[in-house]
Amino acid sequence: MGKSTATTKDDAQALFRSLHSAYSATPTNLKIIDLYVVFAVFTALIQVGYMAIVGSFPFNSFLSGVLSCVGTAVLAVCLRIQVNKENKEFKDLPPERAFADFVLCNLVLHLVIMNFLG
Amino acid sequence: MVGKVDAAKGGAKSLQSPASNQATSKPDLSSISTTFSFKTLKLKTKQQELLIRVTILGLVYILAFITRLFSVLRYESMIHEFDPYFNYRTTLYLTEKGFYEFWNWFDSESWYPLGRIIGGTLYPGLMVTAAIIYWTLKFLRFAVHIREVCVLTAPFFASNTTIVAYFFGKEVWDSGAGLVAAALIAICPGYISRSVAGSYDNEGVAIFALLLTFYLFVKAVNTGSLAWSLASAFGYFYMVSAWGGYVFIINLIPLYVLVLLITGRYSMRLYVAYNCMYIVGMLLAMQIRFVGFQHVQSGEHMAAMGVFFLIQVFYFLVYVKHMLNDTKLFQALLRIGVTSAVAVGAIALGLGTASGYISPWTGRFYSLLDPTYAKDHIPIIASVSEHQPTAWSSFMFDFHILLFLFPAGLYFCFKRLSDATIFIVMYGLTSMYFAGVMVRLILVATPAVCLISAIAVSATIKNLTQAIRGKTTQTTTKALSKQQASLDQTIPYLKNGATALLLGAFYLLSRYAIHCTWVTSEAYSSPSIVLAARGAHGQRIIFDDYREAYFWIRQNTPSDAKIMSWWDYGYQITAMGNRTVIVDNNTWNNTHIATVGRAMSSYEDEAYEIMRSLDVDYVLVVFGGVTGYSSDDINKFLWMVRIGGGVFPVIKEPDYLVNGEYRVDKGAAPKMLNCLMYKLCYYRFGELTTEYGKPPGYDRARGVEIGNKDVKLEYLEEAFTTSNWIVRIYKVKPPTNRW
Repeated sequence: MGKSTATTKDDAQALFRSLHSAYSATPTNLKIIDLYVVFAVFTALIQVGYMAIVGSFPFNSFLSGVLSCVGTAVLAVCLRIQVNKENKEFKDLPPERAFADFVLCNLVLHLVIMNFLG
Repeated sequence: MVGKVDAAKGGAKSLQSPASNQATSKPDLSSISTTFSFKTLKLKTKQQELLIRVTILGLVYILAFITRLFSVLRYESMIHEFDPYFNYRTTLYLTEKGFYEFWNWFDSESWYPLGRIIGGTLYPGLMVTAAIIYWTLKFLRFAVHIREVCVLTAPFFASNTTIVAYFFGKEVWDSGAGLVAAALIAICPGYISRSVAGSYDNEGVAIFALLLTFYLFVKAVNTGSLAWSLASAFGYFYMVSAWGGYVFIINLIPLYVLVLLITGRYSMRLYVAYNCMYIVGMLLAMQIRFVGFQHVQSGEHMAAMGVFFLIQVFYFLVYVKHMLNDTKLFQALLRIGVTSAVAVGAIALGLGTASGYISPWTGRFYSLLDPTYAKDHIPIIASVSEHQPTAWSSFMFDFHILLFLFPAGLYFCFKRLSDATIFIVMYGLTSMYFAGVMVRLILVATPAVCLISAIAVSATIKNLTQAIRGKTTQTTTKALSKQQASLDQTIPYLKNGATALLLGAFYLLSRYAIHCTWVTSEAYSSPSIVLAARGAHGQRIIFDDYREAYFWIRQNTPSDAKIMSWWDYGYQITAMGNRTVIVDNNTWNNTHIATVGRAMSSYEDEAYEIMRSLDVDYVLVVFGGVTGYSSDDINKFLWMVRIGGGVFPVIKEPDYLVNGEYRVDKGAAPKMLNCLMYKLCYYRFGELTTEYGKPPGYDRARGVEIGNKDVKLEYLEEAFTTSNWIVRIYKVKPPTNRW
């Protein structure tokens, strides 16, 4: 029993170490996007926590807040996928086009959310 | 479609002749001049092909429109059936009062005394579409009536569907399959049944929206572009605004994603397409008030959300795997990750369902998955004829040869498996299942069946024509591989066989075209509000009783009169008669309908109490005993008993049956012979001779002499009966003086 937990702990440590070393090799622009995604997810979690404490009464406001964050995060991940040079599937897609798509989707998303908020 | 092949051949021939005028018979000389002309010719064929393709599409576009005009030619430009009248009435309101009034409309003319919040309980897509077309035409100075716009909306959108089908087929297979798909769907009876001119119903635009959403989604999956995904979200929005069938999309797409995940075809493109489509599509759908928060609250939409979270987990795992490059470590992570994700998902779903936050699946959804569910639990769904399970003959009727081509197309799809063909296969199989459960869902299956059959036709004809035309080049070019050599030996059979098969395909497709035209003209172009029959000498007899009755109501009853009828006629009475009804086709309140059912199946004095409590002024029944019109209220009566008995146990179905048999003649049950519905239908019918050589009171719809010829009414009096007795209207008498 004790042995197995020890090996799991070792595993986990090794995992995090290798993950950390692998991640430090990521290009800076992708790291910025990652930060943005983490920020958006974190904001969504704060809102969910707030909802759990205070209640979800204006449900549309809560939904638009959370979906705004989730949508932003997901779209940013999509952008990250498209501009990542390692992804061979998207090598035909210029990063400018990817960014334009990203902006367009965000625009639509937040216009809809503005309509839904009130 | 067959014309396409001929045209393509003809085009190729006409191009060959000027190019190879020096090389007299065959282009077998490989001199420099021929290669040069071949190059220019190739460019020209491309242009020629484009021209042919555009021409065919244009012809198909027109064909799809005009084949749906039979109903206008046979009858007149009018709205058909039941639901379209409600849509027409709301569209009229929208164009007269504007969008905000429409959106906030509380309708006090239906569901008396409850009323109905129209803006929050309807899918506004169809009305807004028709109103926009109307306003555009008005802006362009075309003075059309809104009714003409409504009548032609469905054919117009059917035409647009053919274009979408072309692009979808092109995306899934090639442009040939796209053209065939466009041609097949243009005349497919399964689709025409819901989109003839005048059938102004949600499905008319919804199939267009459905196919558009699917096409854009497949395009998004193929390209991995956010823009296409966004477009598909907008397609989904349009679909949600137009028809409740959007639930099919929001379940099929996650299912498709799930299948791709399980079969190991997950790709970044899929991630991009699904996530953007889901988030934006969900938010857009929430703007429709009738749908509201269902995307996060109802059990039917939970699959999409579950897959959304699953794909995030999957993405993360793939990402980590990519980073790690170490299988052992990754497997440890995978175990932890997958178990925790599944556990969290299960806990969330369990909590949500237990706390009542996520509503369970509705009866309509259950009745789709399990064909026997509605019969036992929801009589109001089972009572509608278009909700019955489909008979195989109606599959044959609606699909004809497509029924045979469908499996062949599936075979071709499996042979060339890609993300797009998997999608179309799944769409085809699931929608075929639903089409088997409910007659009306044949409509949803039709585009898939047409597309898959088009793949079969296109691939077959392509192979055959290649076999025929390839022979000349193969024999002349001496460099043959072994495969070709073996092919070469069978060439005489191959060529003859190919020709025969091609002729067979030509024959089948021409039969299809003939069948479709026949079905459209004979079966699907009847407005069902005006009935036509053949007289003894073959002449056409028109029964226009419905409109006669509604016009009478409009002209002769007080403007605040409340009219009780079975719910089928509610929309028509409010739209054409302009009077308040107790129940209508928007069957949202089962108790209210059951009350009407109870009144219809009670004795007259009991029914009078119910009618007084509902403020009923007039009662309308539909009776086909004189004309032999079989879908009248007597034939629907058992459903009234069942629905009424479902809420009020005083009404028992066996009281109306004799030995489990439903009859109206002398042997009928006593309760049957004296209930309100029987009395209203057969009042004074005993005095009438309907058919030569038969006794008076002979019911032609059921072919029997009625059992109670001496009907006396105490609390009601006959107000109006139409010329063929199809609609009969009775006035409820005020209470008698107590002194």
